[in-house]
Amino acid sequence: MRIVCPFCGERELGEFTYLGDAKPVRPEAGASEDEVFDYVYLRDNVAGQTSEYWYHGGGCRAWLKLTRNTLTHEISSVEPAAGVGARQAVK
Amino acid sequence: MKYSIFSLARAALSGHKNWQRTWRDATPKDRYDVVIIGGGGHGLATAWFLASEYGIKNVAVLEKGWIGSGNAGRNTTIIRSNYGLPGNTGFYELSMKLWERMEQDLNYNAMVSQRGVINLYHSDAQRDAYARRGNTMRINGIDAELLDLAAVKKMIPFLNFDNARFPVQGGLLQRRGGTARHDAVVWGYAHAASALGVDIIQNCEVTGFVRDANGKVTGVETSRGKIGAGKVGMAVAGSSSRVAAMAGLRLPIESHVLQAFVSEAIKPLIPGVMTFGAGHFYVSQSDKGGLVFGGDIDGYNSYAQRGNMPVMEDVCEGGMALMPMIGRVRLLRQWGGIMDMSMDGSPIIDRTPVDGLYLNAGWCYGGFKATPGSGFVFAHLLARDTPHKEAARFRLDRFRTGAMIDEKGQGAQPNLH
Repeated sequence: MRIVCPFCGERELGEFTYLGDAKPVRPEAGASEDEVFDYVYLRDNVAGQTSEYWYHGGGCRAWLKLTRNTLTHEISSVEPAAGVGARQAVK
Repeated sequence: MKYSIFSLARAALSGHKNWQRTWRDATPKDRYDVVIIGGGGHGLATAWFLASEYGIKNVAVLEKGWIGSGNAGRNTTIIRSNYGLPGNTGFYELSMKLWERMEQDLNYNAMVSQRGVINLYHSDAQRDAYARRGNTMRINGIDAELLDLAAVKKMIPFLNFDNARFPVQGGLLQRRGGTARHDAVVWGYAHAASALGVDIIQNCEVTGFVRDANGKVTGVETSRGKIGAGKVGMAVAGSSSRVAAMAGLRLPIESHVLQAFVSEAIKPLIPGVMTFGAGHFYVSQSDKGGLVFGGDIDGYNSYAQRGNMPVMEDVCEGGMALMPMIGRVRLLRQWGGIMDMSMDGSPIIDRTPVDGLYLNAGWCYGGFKATPGSGFVFAHLLARDTPHKEAARFRLDRFRTGAMIDEKGQGAQPNLH
């Protein structure tokens, strides 16, 4: 697996750190216990296309959002994650 | 077929032409008391314990491929019971005791070899943590010895003791730990379970659950037709989320890839199992002479059964730090298996919110050593509908109640366990 960073170009996997599935969104303060439990512990654990966060710690130190296939490791898109979290937080 | 010195002699005298199949390759019946999904070590052990300990013999084990083709055949074959937390300590020792009598129980040579597992420590803090773990083990009746530098030098003199960054200071040794032949464990359980009437059904993929009007699971849909079941047990670690999703369940599990490695064969070098404490590297030597080793999981979700270069590099660096002379040994094979990484690094053996469906999952990368214990307690749960006392903490709802068993203290980040 090599990741094409939108800022740095194609780099080897060792430069990147994995956070995980980009789908879970942190519940707002005051959310129910069930919502927090779901966010922290439950996962879809998809076999196929997933959207996920990676960190380019060995390069530009940007957070990236990848679309990747967990069955083949094929990466179909890489985009900067900047702003995605912020937009979701104000929803 | 019963194996003994006489059966071996008879077969030898007839030119080894009369060996029979060791287990029956069954075709599915319409209905079983218990259907177990997954023909790996855990599923087959569960079936055997159901038949031998709990008197439930109308049992089928369904396997999508061939038995032992998943993680049962992809691990590094290490057995040990050196866990520190309540829940894990007792369970893994139960499993260790079952390893010690497995070959007699099954009438099958699983090559269980208790030649010791040593975890090396490289700092004062790590020594203290290991001393604590060793004490926990001994309080619970498990063997553990804290070795100082002189004792480690006597036992494994070839280590790089003078590594400037990570000098070896000593180790925690469990002499009863060791290795077992992983394929033979699968075949042994298949052999013994089949003899008691368990149907082992290969090339039979579960494609859905049959539910009654109340939502209770009453069978499974498979690639070989519908099979009715009184109870259904899942033992499909690596694919637990995918199978559970067919019953509408989401689990506190992520699937990650773990790689394992074998070097070319060399003369006997490594006495037992060793782990490098300053990184993540564990190694033993197989009877054929190859060094069998591994380290961290790759760290990203995967169902691909293959890994990538950064972890290979990291694992080999760990090996080189410990034993620089292996740098001239060539890597022979490398492969990957899919781990059920749970949110606290410990397994789940419990009923599910779906009536009639039972879960055995979340083994992270410690499933092989647990094989007999897992089978025993899962059989208990299926037969009695109450958890075995040594598995009572492996609850599915512990993530909600906060009763986690987080041996490494990493929190809800499965790729760090």
